[in-house]
Amino acid sequence: MSTEETQRLRVFLVDDHAMFRAGVRAELGLHVDVVGEASAVAEAVQKISALEPDVVLLDVHMPDGGGRAVLEAMRRSHPHVRFLALSVSDAAEDVIGLIRAGARGYVTKTISPDELAQAIRRVADGDAVFSPRLAGFVLDAFAARPDAPVADPELDQLTNREREVLRLLARGYAYKEIAKELFISIKTVETHVSNVLRKLQMSNRYELSRWAADRRLV
Amino acid sequence: MSSPVPVRRLYREPADRVVGGVAAGIAAHVGASVLLVRVAFVVLIAFNGIGALLYAAFWAVLPAQPHGRTGGRNVNQFFAFLALAVGVVILRVMLEPDDKNGGVSSVVGWLAALIALGAGIIWHQADPRRRARDAATVPGMPWLGAVMDNNRKSYLVRFVGGGLLVIAGIIGVFVLGVVPLRGVPFSAIGYGLAFAAVALAGVGLALAPLLYRMFTQLSAEREARVREQERAELAAMIHDQVLHTLALIQRNAGDVKEVQRLARGQERTLRNWLYKPTASPMEKFSAALEEASAEVEDTFAVAVETVVVGDVDVDEKVGAIVAAAREALVNAAKHAKVQTISLYAEVEPDCVSVFVRDRGAGFDLAAVDDDRHGVRGSIILRMQRHGGKAEIRSTTGEGTEVRLSMPIDAEARRRKSASESGER
Repeated sequence: MSTEETQRLRVFLVDDHAMFRAGVRAELGLHVDVVGEASAVAEAVQKISALEPDVVLLDVHMPDGGGRAVLEAMRRSHPHVRFLALSVSDAAEDVIGLIRAGARGYVTKTISPDELAQAIRRVADGDAVFSPRLAGFVLDAFAARPDAPVADPELDQLTNREREVLRLLARGYAYKEIAKELFISIKTVETHVSNVLRKLQMSNRYELSRWAADRRLV
Repeated sequence: MSSPVPVRRLYREPADRVVGGVAAGIAAHVGASVLLVRVAFVVLIAFNGIGALLYAAFWAVLPAQPHGRTGGRNVNQFFAFLALAVGVVILRVMLEPDDKNGGVSSVVGWLAALIALGAGIIWHQADPRRRARDAATVPGMPWLGAVMDNNRKSYLVRFVGGGLLVIAGIIGVFVLGVVPLRGVPFSAIGYGLAFAAVALAGVGLALAPLLYRMFTQLSAEREARVREQERAELAAMIHDQVLHTLALIQRNAGDVKEVQRLARGQERTLRNWLYKPTASPMEKFSAALEEASAEVEDTFAVAVETVVVGDVDVDEKVGAIVAAAREALVNAAKHAKVQTISLYAEVEPDCVSVFVRDRGAGFDLAAVDDDRHGVRGSIILRMQRHGGKAEIRSTTGEGTEVRLSMPIDAEARRRKSASESGER
């Protein structure tokens, strides 16, 4: 375990803006190893397959299909590579689209370097990373509407605890602060967030599909 | 996947035409002798003119071979077949006993053929290549191009000719169907009505391509106009705002706070423009809250991370919670000494909650003087006055969170808005 702790994470960057890649590379250099970068979908798929990094930082918008195209090409063949979406877009359809396609989290490009490094580590450990805005979207999409049909209660509804955790995330609380506020361990907070991610990816809840359809994703 | 198998389609062959190239096209399609097909058409003329009717119908609906050579009419064959046709018709008339009924239906068949011919002429005026040429003549107004075309005369001649043929056919049917009403068998009237229907269908056929053409042109023009408008709007916005902001940023390059404020404001404007449906801050809770956070961002050069879940119409209570939230944002921006403030709001069926949080200096709530209007009057008392409550948690050095909540009666609201919309 301790050897793994000291081992630096191998991170791959996918973004069509060279300036942004250079910036992230410089900021993250202290915390992780940036093993490669790509500016287009095809290049990304090829290099990620060859390098097999721990975490891929994925831009949502790229000229030739964007992060979704990379995710869809990689998910089956390389399930152990984890993806963290990183974007300037806060549009709901972009955020939810990437998560549904298999990304383990979503952060905006304005995130501070330390927070980004922390998010990368969290994703590498198999946990989920939600920005406040993503937490808000999820609460919105899973809102308890009395007339909403529920096909699979396990997947289609959030537990009260999950809802509380998401609310605190949306209020800008860090995991540590959430744990303190709810008198639970950080690990438990992580478990709740991962469960929400799973529901978000798997649920066929009516609101989610309608939400997606409204914004032409599915 | 495999490329699609080329579909063999039935075309006219104008290059081998004697009349319209229909027989040549059919022969090429089914692999029969051209002569045989032509003779078949001529012979069928004997049966109430059905050969002519069929020919006219084929000619009307079949497109010309797109890659075909062009060539002149085969005049010799034309006269040969004309002679043959006349012979067949004469033979038919001579053989036919002088039966009035048969005569009528025979003439009606010819009239139907006439209508089909006229419809065909008009239909061919609307063929896509001709349209494209018209559109090239006068861009934007293809219909004008059709008139101003060099071929304008031929166009008019054909159009008027087609129209005349259709009209002649209709008149013929009327003459047959209406004039001999006295003393003719009912079946003749039946024929008349049936062929009147045929004539109407012919007119519809003649007009359909024209109408369709006008319709598609109109919608294409409208689309183009909308696109152009969107482009102009985007260009105007980029010109007015983005370039302006960039200029200001260059002039204020030394002032970090001012640069941040400008960049943040511009980012917000672009985002709203790109992603958000526009709602009036006077009407919707989320819009009102976003307006408040935008104001604070602009005034104090901080970033307010705004997340709003759900929405509700603004009324007195909702207005109060927005005002209190705004005051909390202002306090955080002024005193917390941070770059980022989190604003989270959620609308639940029975309650609206707002959380304003910063990780700034924090303060000791007990030490705040009673006369400090901001916290007590604008937040706590305001919320209490409207039936809500405010809670402030602050730890020196760790930050502050203001929690506001306001009970609302969503059910009454829904009923009210339903009855209002019913009255309208």
